[in-house]
Amino acid sequence: MKYLHLLWSNLGRKKLRTGLTLASIVVAFLLFGILQTMRAALTGGADLAGVDRLMTTHKVSLIQPLPESYLTRVRGLDGVRVATSQDWFGGVYQDDRNQLVAIAVDGPSFLDVYPELKLPPDQRAAWLGDQRGAIIGSLLAKRYGWKVGDTIPMRSSIYSNSDGSQSWPMIVSGIYESTNGDLSTLYFHHKYLDESRKFGRGEIGWIVLRIQNPDDAAKMAAKVDALFANSSTETKTATEKAFAQAFANQMGNIGALVTAVASAVFFTMLLVIANTMGQSVRERTNELAVMKTLGFSSTSVTALVIGESLLITLLGAAIGLIIASLASVSLGQALQNFFPALGMPSTTFAVGFGLALLLGVIASALPATQAWRLKIVEALRRT
Amino acid sequence: MSNSLSQVAAITAMNVRNMRERLTSSIVALVGITGVVTVLIGVLSIGEGFRAVLDQSGAPDVAIVLRGGSNDEMSSGFGQDVTRIITDAKEIARDADGPIASSELYVVVDTPLKSTGTAANVPLRGVSHQAKKLRQQFQIIEGRDFTPGTFEVIAGQGAAKQFAGLTVGNKLRWGTTQWTVVGIFKDRGSVAESELWTDATILQGAYNRGSSYQSVRAKLTSPAALQPFKDSLTADPRLNVKVFSEKEFYEEQSRTLRALVNSIGIAIAALMGLGAVFAALNTMYSAVSARTREIATLRALGFGSMPVVTSVIVEALLLALAGGLVGMLISYFSFNGMRASTMNFAAFSQITFAFTVTPALLLQGLLYALILGLVGGLLPSLRAAKLPITTGLREL
Repeated sequence: MKYLHLLWSNLGRKKLRTGLTLASIVVAFLLFGILQTMRAALTGGADLAGVDRLMTTHKVSLIQPLPESYLTRVRGLDGVRVATSQDWFGGVYQDDRNQLVAIAVDGPSFLDVYPELKLPPDQRAAWLGDQRGAIIGSLLAKRYGWKVGDTIPMRSSIYSNSDGSQSWPMIVSGIYESTNGDLSTLYFHHKYLDESRKFGRGEIGWIVLRIQNPDDAAKMAAKVDALFANSSTETKTATEKAFAQAFANQMGNIGALVTAVASAVFFTMLLVIANTMGQSVRERTNELAVMKTLGFSSTSVTALVIGESLLITLLGAAIGLIIASLASVSLGQALQNFFPALGMPSTTFAVGFGLALLLGVIASALPATQAWRLKIVEALRRT
Repeated sequence: MSNSLSQVAAITAMNVRNMRERLTSSIVALVGITGVVTVLIGVLSIGEGFRAVLDQSGAPDVAIVLRGGSNDEMSSGFGQDVTRIITDAKEIARDADGPIASSELYVVVDTPLKSTGTAANVPLRGVSHQAKKLRQQFQIIEGRDFTPGTFEVIAGQGAAKQFAGLTVGNKLRWGTTQWTVVGIFKDRGSVAESELWTDATILQGAYNRGSSYQSVRAKLTSPAALQPFKDSLTADPRLNVKVFSEKEFYEEQSRTLRALVNSIGIAIAALMGLGAVFAALNTMYSAVSARTREIATLRALGFGSMPVVTSVIVEALLLALAGGLVGMLISYFSFNGMRASTMNFAAFSQITFAFTVTPALLLQGLLYALILGLVGGLLPSLRAAKLPITTGLREL
């Protein structure tokens, strides 16, 4: 700790160079933080999905419906705690381009399957008691300024009403909060949809079920699919996590792309810092020799060089990541139409810290070896 | 003037000759700029490739009819009675086989991605017998066309490359039916190449769709016939439909994805550029500071400050030019033509495309590199020029 002052003054020797190096490290970690945020957004569902939830869809594709009776049969299986159905509604508000995620659900079981959805008790009761009621995420409520009790003129891009129009007025019964990042969805009653829709009656989109023992996920999935094997509508069941992962993979191999860009940036930064460190050690050869003459051991001189490099990388990383976390908040607001749950993953700081350490050590490796091997007599003669 | 020009030339030549002295830091700046240019061109070539697919897909004289309120084929739907009225319209071109129009069905089937092995939404289109005439350069490149009335599919060459199991002769099971892939087709890189095609009436049966369709595509007598076609259909009280030209339709579909790719690409490149500017500044500042005495000597000998400034900037620009050129080459050879697929949320299905590095993109990358070089060289060069001769000479 007593050397910290020395390290600090060494950095202050060439303020401009230190400043520029620091700035490039800050930029590198800022980019790292933002790329992590993007990656989390694009593969995000995978991390937020519940471990004990399975999804059962039509085997051919998610867009194919299942018979409603399947829900009852799944509920009857041993090891299934609770099951609920969902229907994609193709929600549209006002303008055709203004699409929002609206899903028709079976009210009571829906709330049991997603216990992380928090709804005040009175709003919960109001929703369950009103066939035209809907609950909306707090972000969605904020975006359109909807309040409890409002009637919203929802339209569907898929379903026609019994009167032939595509308008499905709904009443906001409640506004939910959730820890799973899903704050932009509108949930309404399957019954409302099913009683009035022109086609697709008696069908459901897919089933979400919670099982008693999360370790049994694979076994339970096979059990559900076996139930409907060789019927006209076969199913495919997977954990919600696997489902979200497969869906994220459809975007393309985002992970690989992000890693490639991040490594390119890091390699460049490594060169920049190694170069700066090398330069500053070369310039100070004399000084290091004097320190060794005064009795500093090779170890402590080398440690000083490494320490200097670590100090600057850690400082830069900290600033960069803090800016990134602030930026990802505003980025999240700008992109909430694309990505419902955008935020910098908390692991980013830990990973970033590790990378900064690595960067600092590798960058100082060459200059540190030079400092270690430095022969006092030769160095002093070199002036 | 000619004197100062020759001064510039003399100093620059000297700088370039002794660049070797500053090799490491010059390489650092060069690599930094190379990285920025490569990433910039790489990311923008995704957007470019995507645009190429959708641009080629839209013909001005082909109209797409969807149900009113739908913006995509997936959510659209109408019965055969409606498609009959539509295909009878007088603005539709005709040939020996009747109106050149195709009533189509659009569903997706889960097919594994070759790259990850996880299921992806691959579009399966049921088409009528005139469909091929609506795609200008439709051509079977392997195997044969499907036989109407059988469970046979043909696959676009883009889809065949991205998804597993789409080879001629392979049998696939979707639901209760077994399908055979009998051919691979191409259509000058349009969206159709991402799709699987089969007979519409067979698909209706396999998907319990009765006699309903999701869209009608029609070749009009001329691009100018679009407006009257639109007017007559929307005025017809028996219909509730929406008419697009194919061009409008695909522009609409690609809007979100293109905006996303381009804004991400530009944001990443801007940030990386900032990092590279710092690296370039560092290099040029140390280049200047290492030569303080030399510069002061030159000034004492009578060289003006202008030539000194210019020589430093030229050195930075040379580094940037080299970095930019290397970046152009790397991005061209590693990205151009690379096939990829992504989810087009507007159609809830996969679309395949090739990274396309256009000359304009290459130029854009080079220009960006030069700007970075200019910024990186300007400030250090000013410092070199401002340096008082006496202090400079005294420095070690």
